[in-house]
Amino acid sequence: MVRDITLGQFFPGNSILHRMDPRMKIILMLTLIIFIFITFNFFALGLVVATVVVIVGCSGVPVKLFLKSLKAVIFILLFTSVLNLFYGSGTALWHWGFLSITLAGIYFAIFISIRIIELIFISSSLTFTTQPTDLTDAIERLLKPLNHLHISVHEIAMMMTIALRFIPTLLEETDKIMSAQKARGADMESGNIVQRIKAMIPVLVPLFVSAFRRAYELAMAMECRCYRGGEGRTRMKQLHYSKVDFYCLGAVLIIVSGVILCNIFLPAVMR
Amino acid sequence: MNVLETENLRFVYGENTPFEKVAVDNLNISIEKGEFVGIIGHTGSGKSTLVQLFNGLLKPSTGRVLLNDVDIWEKPKEIRKIRFQVGMVFQYPEYQLFEETVYKDISFGPKNMGLSDEEIDKRVRDAAKFVDLKDSLLEKSPFELSGGEKRRAAIAGVLAMDPEVLILDEPTAGLDPMGRDVLLSHIHAYHKTRQNTILLVSHSMEDIARTADRILVMNESKAAMFSNTAEVFSHGKELIEMGLQVPQITRIMMSLREHGYDIKPGILTVEEALQVLLQKIEKEGAAHGS
Repeated sequence: MVRDITLGQFFPGNSILHRMDPRMKIILMLTLIIFIFITFNFFALGLVVATVVVIVGCSGVPVKLFLKSLKAVIFILLFTSVLNLFYGSGTALWHWGFLSITLAGIYFAIFISIRIIELIFISSSLTFTTQPTDLTDAIERLLKPLNHLHISVHEIAMMMTIALRFIPTLLEETDKIMSAQKARGADMESGNIVQRIKAMIPVLVPLFVSAFRRAYELAMAMECRCYRGGEGRTRMKQLHYSKVDFYCLGAVLIIVSGVILCNIFLPAVMR
Repeated sequence: MNVLETENLRFVYGENTPFEKVAVDNLNISIEKGEFVGIIGHTGSGKSTLVQLFNGLLKPSTGRVLLNDVDIWEKPKEIRKIRFQVGMVFQYPEYQLFEETVYKDISFGPKNMGLSDEEIDKRVRDAAKFVDLKDSLLEKSPFELSGGEKRRAAIAGVLAMDPEVLILDEPTAGLDPMGRDVLLSHIHAYHKTRQNTILLVSHSMEDIARTADRILVMNESKAAMFSNTAEVFSHGKELIEMGLQVPQITRIMMSLREHGYDIKPGILTVEEALQVLLQKIEKEGAAHGS
């Protein structure tokens, strides 16, 4: 049950995406995500969909895993698309009481659901193909300019690293505690929502206790190794851009200009 | 009569992913009623997975687990009943304590069984007595107890379900020598009184040698040996090849044997060794004297 959560899970491999520099990956993924939300007709949307299909195909990660990460947001997905269905203006195709469905509403629903799916797929392809430590490393580099604004980027990155680092640990811990309570007859799979929430107490209390214990131990261990923040800290692993990164940059630029051209020259169905 | 039996039992973690790992492979063993079985094996040999298969926390990939000749997954909806019959104490069980008082925590299992309040009270007090928790501790918060007391309270939480088969996964890990001796003697006394089946998973060969009737040796997901304790520990070389140890005293006696002394293999406790050595000295002394 808990193991279904794929967020932040790295999937080892040697695909183009795995070999890309994490900084470039983040920038390109962000660009694509922005452009998903400024597609105004089906051609532009189709172009982005095709790109995402290629990315997923290139990642060397089983499609099943992508679908699994979609499972977590399926409720939000259905909810927003159904809601959008009734939101369009124009002539109603069907109505019941105050609810009416218009052509624009249908378009809205299609666009929003595809956008959410793409969003999940793109961000998962980033986390599936990048080690969490590389990811935070890259974020730290990219945010470095913020240092001038007296924002301590290193500390933020360190917090993220620790948080990401402990996701699998805490999941494993949750699994263990759940097993232990199940062994004592805890029933977490049946009952209504109130009963289920109540059934989580025997899991959550020990989990919090152990999270605090771990935090304390980690702080102690870091101090023992003389950790004192980012100043003057050198890195074991240096990041380098390679040829692959620039090919991908080129590809994304072409796609982005394609989307812009589609938006300008073809009739818009979304506003 | 066999209380637990496995038929071609196999379990694979993360099937069809790069993390795929066979944890238990084609296992056929049977455990008799009332036996005290020790399970030993290197880290990652599949012993923890095996015990979780026994009480239905994991579902076999293929093969079956039989409890009193009935497949435990025959009615998947009623798997909780199996978990009450096959009680399982996990590693570091004190991390699962959550209630406001020790009493409430121990009663969590019996309550889930749907027993009456009187029966629950009786079971909680019985279980606490078995692990030697004083009545005054029962009303305390579990987080106020000492490490050893926490461990014993958590074990009591499983004993209170009065399981037919009790599985303990590394119950003495992280305890000081004193706490370890105390706990083992409690487990032993529990076994003697209730006459139920106990499976003890441990890294400590001394613990196993002291308590178990039979030993199951797991190696690379398979059952490498399964026979009585003395027999298993007489195969010292094979065990060492599997990255396991034999009890210290067994090792000493083995090396004496290798040096040409006529000593029987598979000596498990210091007392036994002492007796054997005394006999030997008496005999030889007599031989020298004449």
